[in-house]
Amino acid sequence: METMQQVVGRARAAFNSGRSRSLEFRIQQLKALERMVNEREKEILAALKADLHKSGPDACSHEILGVLRDLVLAMEELPSWAAPQPVKKDVLTIRDEAYVRHEPLGVVLIIGAWNYPFVLVMQPLIGAIAAGNAVVVKPSEVSENTARLVAELLPQYLDKDLYTVVTGGVPETTELLTQRFDHILYTGNSSVGRIVMAAAAKHLTPVTLELGGKSPCYIDKDCDLTVACRRITWGKYMNCGQTCIAPDYILCDPSIQSKVVENIKETLKEFYGEDVKSSPDYGRIVNKRHFKRILVLLEGQKIAHGGETDEASCFIAPTILTDVSPESKVMEEEIFGPVLPIVTVKSVEEAIEFINLREKPLALYVFSNNKQLIKRVISETSSGGMTANDVLMHSVVPGLPFGGVGHSGMGAYHGKYSFETFSHRRACLIKDLRMEMVNKVRYPPGSMEMVHL
Amino acid sequence: NPYAGLVSHLRASWLSGKTRPMEYRMAQLEALGRFLDDKKQEILEATELDMGKPSFEAFFSEILLCKNELNITLNNLYHWMKDEHVNKNLVMQLDSAFIRKDPYGVVLIIAPWNYPIHLFLVPLIGAIAAGNCVIVKPSEISKNTERLVAETLSCYLDSDCFAVVTGGVPETTRLLENKFDYIFFTGIPPVGRIVMAAAAKHLTPVTLELGGKNPCYVSDTCDVTNVARRVAWGRFFNAGQTCVAPDYLLCTLEMQEKLMPALREAITEFFGPNPQESPDFGRMVSDKQFQRIRALLGSGRVAIGGQTDEAERYIAPTVLADVLPSDPAMQEEIFGPILPIVVVANMDEAIDFINARPRPLAVYAFSCDSKVVNQVLERTSSGGFCGNDTLMHVTLTSLPFGGIGNSSLGKYHGKFTFDTFSHHRGCLHRSMGLEALNAPRYPPYTQQKLGLLTAAFEVKRRGTCTLL
Repeated sequence: METMQQVVGRARAAFNSGRSRSLEFRIQQLKALERMVNEREKEILAALKADLHKSGPDACSHEILGVLRDLVLAMEELPSWAAPQPVKKDVLTIRDEAYVRHEPLGVVLIIGAWNYPFVLVMQPLIGAIAAGNAVVVKPSEVSENTARLVAELLPQYLDKDLYTVVTGGVPETTELLTQRFDHILYTGNSSVGRIVMAAAAKHLTPVTLELGGKSPCYIDKDCDLTVACRRITWGKYMNCGQTCIAPDYILCDPSIQSKVVENIKETLKEFYGEDVKSSPDYGRIVNKRHFKRILVLLEGQKIAHGGETDEASCFIAPTILTDVSPESKVMEEEIFGPVLPIVTVKSVEEAIEFINLREKPLALYVFSNNKQLIKRVISETSSGGMTANDVLMHSVVPGLPFGGVGHSGMGAYHGKYSFETFSHRRACLIKDLRMEMVNKVRYPPGSMEMVHL
Repeated sequence: NPYAGLVSHLRASWLSGKTRPMEYRMAQLEALGRFLDDKKQEILEATELDMGKPSFEAFFSEILLCKNELNITLNNLYHWMKDEHVNKNLVMQLDSAFIRKDPYGVVLIIAPWNYPIHLFLVPLIGAIAAGNCVIVKPSEISKNTERLVAETLSCYLDSDCFAVVTGGVPETTRLLENKFDYIFFTGIPPVGRIVMAAAAKHLTPVTLELGGKNPCYVSDTCDVTNVARRVAWGRFFNAGQTCVAPDYLLCTLEMQEKLMPALREAITEFFGPNPQESPDFGRMVSDKQFQRIRALLGSGRVAIGGQTDEAERYIAPTVLADVLPSDPAMQEEIFGPILPIVVVANMDEAIDFINARPRPLAVYAFSCDSKVVNQVLERTSSGGFCGNDTLMHVTLTSLPFGGIGNSSLGKYHGKFTFDTFSHHRGCLHRSMGLEALNAPRYPPYTQQKLGLLTAAFEVKRRGTCTLL
């Protein structure tokens, strides 16, 4: 068994060989990844089903489609992303060549999460490979089937020394983090985010932390409640609520609270049928520990809908809580489960104040027909990203950076931003060795002519 | 926590939204411009007292370059602040997708002593432009400048939103216990680690502008006179106390012989026969720095200069020949007016030498043959690169200024400073209508729906058929 030092050492030697520099090589590796996803789709879907009870079309659209799309984007755009970018010159440099080069960072580490275990490892990996790095991938041990599959598949398709998968839990990750990397991208929770950044600080390693938080969802009185609630239901209960950008809780006027509940109930029936437990499209909580954690949040709450659970299968029914107190436990931590608290507020001002008193969330949602109100909510709050009149969708717009702020994270990726995250932008100025006349004004003995340039 | 009150005061101002409007930010930036104009003489005097900084140099780096950054920011702030609209896919044609530049909140700027105004002011410009409240912590080592900034800056900026904190290591340590929304640090790597570790406790993002040994390769085919002037200028500016100064030279034995008289000529041209008497040559900032740098004079052999005067903290512009990789001058960033020359057999050996060491802030290469310059560029890694000159790449504000690895984390100058201090927030504003278009994404999930989703969202390779 190799030690972490040996694994990282091998990746570094492979990077230093220079073979990941050429665009042809990188595109060839990305093509191999594309083949892997297409050829082994069945096994990937089976692993996702075993880990999270994800149905075929569900897993396809939320994990496979996004990966294939990012692969095609990277292969198409790499030549333009990687090309030197000339910059605007000034009087002193007008005759020179000035440009920015995108260069690989070296050996990067990607630590995945268990809730979308395939895409959360693959999407960063695509950017890291495209940028010309060597990569060590550490999938989450909690989604053990996907972790095992990724560890088996990657070496079958990619350069074995440049790209390595390390499996294991906390002890293995801790040891891995003592090694020196040139960038670390971590997806997970804030507590571990702190540990990752502290480890990175020892080596002055830049980090991208994709964390979480409580993503608020404000529903204005002036909006199409049927449509709003359908969209919210979709985003909340997808993957059984285990989505970092799921609407965590609702803020709305007390006068529309019961209508909101009714609409969500209707939609749930539409989506999952009368017996949710037997719907192939409704997921399960990933393990007993999280199951128990979410159960505790229900204590003492007014359950307007749902609340049924089954520990043996880690099943928690889609649940709605009404008149929730801001001080209750369910409003303290990110729920990451199919429990939707509604907190009533009398106005959008109150909602904005409520949101701003808390840590900056990863996502923020607002539903309203009033464009001015939406503009106000955006301008007076801060969040990683946001969507108005829908949920989750800002994360699939290719041109938008995806990342957090404050406790919800730092840095961003997706599409071109993945490439940039894993690249060093090197400033280059190439002058002529002649033309010394121009330089004379800057040399001592000090003259004020330079001043007037 | 002695600074808790100050930080909460600034945080309250931040939450009030005072720093958001463009007009407010422009007014504060204009006030900074007046600070530079009104206090120009005091700045030249303070930096001269601190490290014998020649007025010409002080004007260039502390006033002129800062005013450039101010003007670029004032001229472009409107555009930088605007929402950046991005491409959308098929299903989002009626929606609005854009990147909003949000301020972070309350940010901390920790500055070093070598360019004591420039290195807090340029980040401050970006932080204000981005709409933040700011605490500035100037270096206690350049104590005259520190006093000037502490006493006068508050007369120009809104004291509800901007503050200066003074002190040394104990004060900075206490300051770092507070939660900031961004920390910008310029200094040495060991302290950079401490700052990042403190930031990690609060999940605060950081920019660390550090340093290293910047190599300067001189090929055999070059105009020796011009090379000598440009290298001497970059090395001896601010008496060598510049993070992007050429730290050491790599060249062949023949080139070392040719360069020596040219370097001697350039130094005399710049500073006269006795540089100690020239008003254009600086001093070491402190006794500690003076003693540290003097100890490096034992490396190789002194070919030019080597004189010192402890009372004045003066070290002559010095060139050391035949320096070995194991010599003291090659173990740490020199940050003084000493230029060691390490002899190599050829360009390949120079490149290997550079790559065997931590990645520096800058790499320099001089050659009349552009292929040589390109080889050095492509086969090395560094924050930035300048071919056939020194320092100049950091004066062009359209180029990002930063390092890689131990030499730095993050980048700034020009728009990059504004971007550093802004959170780029991905925003999607959808229409409530056209709900039918969303139907394929809802459960119950079917293969047919999947097909529709795929068609709507996928990116196809150019040249492939898009038949469903």
